[in-house]
Amino acid sequence: MAMITIDEQRCKGCGLCTIACAQKLLVLSDKINNQGYTPARINATDRCTGCALCAEICPDVAIAVFR
Amino acid sequence: MQQVFKRPTSLKDVQTHFCSGCHHGTIHRLVAEAIDKYGVQERTIGVASVGCSVFLYGYFDIDVVEAPHGRASAVATGVKRAKPENFVFTYQGDGDLAAIGTAEIIHAANRGEDITVFFVNNTTYGMTGGQMAPTTLVGQKTSTSPYGRNKAKDGAPVRMAELLAQLEGVAFSARVAVNSPKNLIDAKKQIQKAFQYQVEGKGFSFIEVLSACPTNWGMNPLAANERVGTEMIDYFKLGVFKNL
Repeated sequence: MAMITIDEQRCKGCGLCTIACAQKLLVLSDKINNQGYTPARINATDRCTGCALCAEICPDVAIAVFR
Repeated sequence: MQQVFKRPTSLKDVQTHFCSGCHHGTIHRLVAEAIDKYGVQERTIGVASVGCSVFLYGYFDIDVVEAPHGRASAVATGVKRAKPENFVFTYQGDGDLAAIGTAEIIHAANRGEDITVFFVNNTTYGMTGGQMAPTTLVGQKTSTSPYGRNKAKDGAPVRMAELLAQLEGVAFSARVAVNSPKNLIDAKKQIQKAFQYQVEGKGFSFIEVLSACPTNWGMNPLAANERVGTEMIDYFKLGVFKNL
């Protein structure tokens, strides 16, 4: 059982988490945040293993990981 | 469930000014994690350079001195000699350290000052407008090399980690990257090792971190990240060049 939370206002939509996730669960959303970027969101949360690689690679420390 | 990944306490909970996909944020976090790991937050003094790294004081919850362009390692020398009980590090870009501050870094390293230097190499002057730096790769187009860096005219890019490793005073010199999970985990390890050198009073430690600059490279964040893993690592080999 694991989950992540993404701070959508902090995210700059660089997409680095989308390539770090081995399960390919992360995608960029269509909506625009306060900064004008399209933040990342997670699909199929139940498949998240909590490996934290998305959080490790995030330049904006916008991801928190729970396990 | 427990939180297994959170923001380091020595990294302020604020939005950075860095562009989307810039690796500065990641490197800031790794340095902050090392500060937390060694429990030196209360006695750490950072020395910021001129460039995108200039806002160190806004992002780290530590004391920071802002040095004139290129002079961070000279300022850090003064700070460390005046307050040897403090943990002192500089955080400099390649325009700052490898061009304007070449004399300062070489002599601080050669004297073996007991400081830690973080050198963020993104092959360009970031904040000043994407001009050619000594680390710009051959053929790379910048605002001052619109036809690409010409090796015959401009020379080959400077490899600072290898260059400094040759100096007697240097105890630790390594080059790392944060473009992939694998490289990032290794970068974290080496950054913590560089901290350990100073905590144990072993002398000058130097870490070069390869970084993307999507804005000045004219690339999107993912393409810029990819360039680090291909073109940059091809020339700037990762590894530990000195480890006393």
